Amino acid sequence: MEKERESIEYNFEQCIKCTVCTVYCPVVAVNPDYPGPKQAGPDGERYRLKNPLFYDEALDMCLNCKRCEVACPSGVRVGDIIQNARLKYGTKKPRLRDFMLASTDLMGSVATVVAPVANASLSLKPVKAVMDCTLGVDKHRTFPKYSSQKFVTWFRKHARKAQDAFPKKVSYFHGCYANYNFPQLAKDFVTVMNAVGYGVNLLEDEKCCGVALISNGFKKRATKQAQTNLAALREAVGRGEPVLTTSSTCTFTIRDEYAHILGLDNSDVRDSVMLAVRFLFNLVDSGKVKLVFREDFRRKIAYHTPCHMEKLGWGIYPVSLLKMIPGVDLTVLDSNCCGIAGTYGFKKEHYADSQKIGEPLFNQIKSLAPDVVATDCETCKWQIEMSTGYPVANPVSILAEALDIEATMKANA
Amino acid sequence: MVQEYDVIVIGGGITGAGVARDASMRGLKTLLVERHDLTDGATGRNHGLLHSGARYAVTDSESASECIRENMILRRIASHCVEQTDGLFITLPEDDLGYQATFIESCRKAGINAFAIDPKEAIRLEPSVNKSLIGAVRVPDGAVDPFRLTIANVVDAQLHGADVLTYKQVTSILKDDSGRVTGIGVTDLHTKQQTKYYSKIVINAAGIWGHGIAQMAGAQVNMFPAKGALLIFGHRVNNMVLNRCRKPADADILVPGDTICLIGTTSSRVPFEEVDNMNVTPQEVEVLMREGEKLAPSLASTRILRAYAGVRPLVAADNDPSGRSISRGIVCLDHETRDGIPGFITITGGKLMTYRLMAEWAVDLACKKLGVDRKCETAEVCLPGSSATPQEQPRVGTTIGQRAARGRHGERTSQISLSSDTDRSIVCECEEVSVGEVNYAIEKLGVTGLVDMRRRTRVGMGTCQGELCACRAAGLLAKADGCARKAISNVADFLNERWKGIRPIAWGETLCEAQFTSWIYEGVCGLNDSQEKRIQ
Repeated sequence: MEKERESIEYNFEQCIKCTVCTVYCPVVAVNPDYPGPKQAGPDGERYRLKNPLFYDEALDMCLNCKRCEVACPSGVRVGDIIQNARLKYGTKKPRLRDFMLASTDLMGSVATVVAPVANASLSLKPVKAVMDCTLGVDKHRTFPKYSSQKFVTWFRKHARKAQDAFPKKVSYFHGCYANYNFPQLAKDFVTVMNAVGYGVNLLEDEKCCGVALISNGFKKRATKQAQTNLAALREAVGRGEPVLTTSSTCTFTIRDEYAHILGLDNSDVRDSVMLAVRFLFNLVDSGKVKLVFREDFRRKIAYHTPCHMEKLGWGIYPVSLLKMIPGVDLTVLDSNCCGIAGTYGFKKEHYADSQKIGEPLFNQIKSLAPDVVATDCETCKWQIEMSTGYPVANPVSILAEALDIEATMKANA
Repeated sequence: MVQEYDVIVIGGGITGAGVARDASMRGLKTLLVERHDLTDGATGRNHGLLHSGARYAVTDSESASECIRENMILRRIASHCVEQTDGLFITLPEDDLGYQATFIESCRKAGINAFAIDPKEAIRLEPSVNKSLIGAVRVPDGAVDPFRLTIANVVDAQLHGADVLTYKQVTSILKDDSGRVTGIGVTDLHTKQQTKYYSKIVINAAGIWGHGIAQMAGAQVNMFPAKGALLIFGHRVNNMVLNRCRKPADADILVPGDTICLIGTTSSRVPFEEVDNMNVTPQEVEVLMREGEKLAPSLASTRILRAYAGVRPLVAADNDPSGRSISRGIVCLDHETRDGIPGFITITGGKLMTYRLMAEWAVDLACKKLGVDRKCETAEVCLPGSSATPQEQPRVGTTIGQRAARGRHGERTSQISLSSDTDRSIVCECEEVSVGEVNYAIEKLGVTGLVDMRRRTRVGMGTCQGELCACRAAGLLAKADGCARKAISNVADFLNERWKGIRPIAWGETLCEAQFTSWIYEGVCGLNDSQEKRIQ
């Protein structure tokens, strides 16, 4: 076991310096001050092993999009090396802003209580200007709206009981966004799962997956939350329920970052955690489930593959599902990072790069002029909505709208 | 007009460099002559270990006390070449723990501050160490960069008026009618041009090749060529020097050096005919790996960059087949009294650690013969690069490259131009060498080709072994001397030289990378089409 751990530690030695990671890095493309994944990752690691003082603060520019890892032909975990170096050697202490951006649970719990006030003030110019100056949250950034009722509250009041009617069950890791900001996505998920004959359980205790904590340098808190989540996941998996999600980043974090960055053993639950679109596609593909679509549904859809979806290798699932809808005219957008990378694009120092990175994607969307952009990541959604003006929806929400729910229920009864 | 020197020093290794510095500091008009490049021989092919002397404490107390004295001097005068890592002598279950007491006792007698520490404390200090150790002794070992140290000595010699010639092979020792040595005849290895240089004294500091130089003068110095093979790993596994606490044996020292670490050495007798072409055998690699893993088990899963071997210039005293029981002591021969050859001195034996003392002895003798009454100051005056106090260190930027350059050149980093984007851009990505640093080496450090460049800047010493930097550095060389053809042939030579060291350990990622390198240079750059020489 020890030998194995050490060889993972030295994974950077597999790098043969082909530099393809740097070619695919979205940050390098817009900011020459970033050394690029090869130098920041495997090359820099040798120097950091020599002396931690060789840590370069420029690593802060990494988006953690993991495109370098997708590109690497040698299996080097370039992105992990950079993230780990930031956590281990980074000298800049996280700021109040980082704490606020990273504490999605805390901020969500507070903001949902005072949602109308929070939403109104976060969109006011003077408030934005103050946040820009004092916190370093860029004033050009539009904040996601908070919902006045959390999804879990709604679920307990209105949907919980109905789930008992289904003999087959799945568990749902809703994530912060679906809980605090956009419960409609979670409601759509329940609708679709119920339609194909599955009841939905919530996890016993769900915390934020921790992705924002990791990228803002709060490793301890991230680890604590991850341990709570893993316990809840184990319970659900122990009941024989797969744990489905509607956010590609939460999914990626639980499956990969828990092990690679936080060093937690998630091997017993990893394979059971997956995006709902993957679960649904496999059911349909194997003939276990039938989807019946509304005949009057017409949409021109452009699908954007989030970076972490590319890393998961799962872009094929939402695309295949959307293609099943008869009235859909689907374009899969070119593989590009949208630039927001979670909390990255909120920060004043990264805002300009963030928007520059997303430009090719925004331009392609604008030239296509779709009815709606589909994507599995909430932060991609904020970025695209803010930067293009086009509405963005999760494929699960589009399915919920396109399905003839009653007919589907009947077909799967 | 024939220029006459006070002293001609033969050999551009650390000993010759030290002699040239010492002689020029004492006001002697000095010429240093080297057959290839500086540090081309044993100086550039060893552990880079700043011995505390502990290794010799039990078997050779004289060498041990010399080592610890020089160790403390080098920490002071060559701070930019030295890493004060300290070292551990570990006892493994298969070793006799009883040896530890003898070892510590001998160290103390030699003046080496050695003390036993708890094995658990050893693991805390050096997590890479074999966790099954049953004993550990902490000693003031360290790492010293022999390239940097030699170049710094040569630079200082030049600052004191010495002339330095590289790629000039000594082909004859000139004598007058009375048999007194009066100079040397040299052949330029590039142009084949022959020249004579005259001096009052010739000092033979040519390491193992000093055997042949002495023969040219008509003297016999029986040297003992003992080959030592080493392996370089891709990164630092350990941050403290690791030794085995037992009688010196094969492959029992693991030294961290700059971005890498080294395991060595073996010891085997080789014939003189082979000293110019050392190859590491599979058996040697096997021994080094087997023993190295005992010191630090993670070496088993660490990438090996290169294998290389040097030849120890030991002076034969008896017929010991291993060469280990021979004293590493300094041998300074006055051929006037020994062989009746006035004007000729041989300085040999010794080791990297004691180069300064060797130089002092040789120059003391030369001064006596020349009637010069000047004290040696090399133990007090800091080398160029190590002269600044921490407050005086030049301010550098925050990039890894700028900080790495300061590590390599000390306060002389301030002479590296980093004013333009081009100057700041990177030539060698593994070792973070900038265009500015390469140009500095070309202009100020006597670089004639890529191999020289590597020794002065670490270009091509990193993980990729020249894959990305060879062509960039060659481009800068071509720009500097205006000859592209020469630069292209230089790239081929350089890559072949790199391949020589890769070949004995060409497996896994190292082989993948070598293959990738050959695609780039043969396939993309078409090096094969323009060159007879193949990158094999």
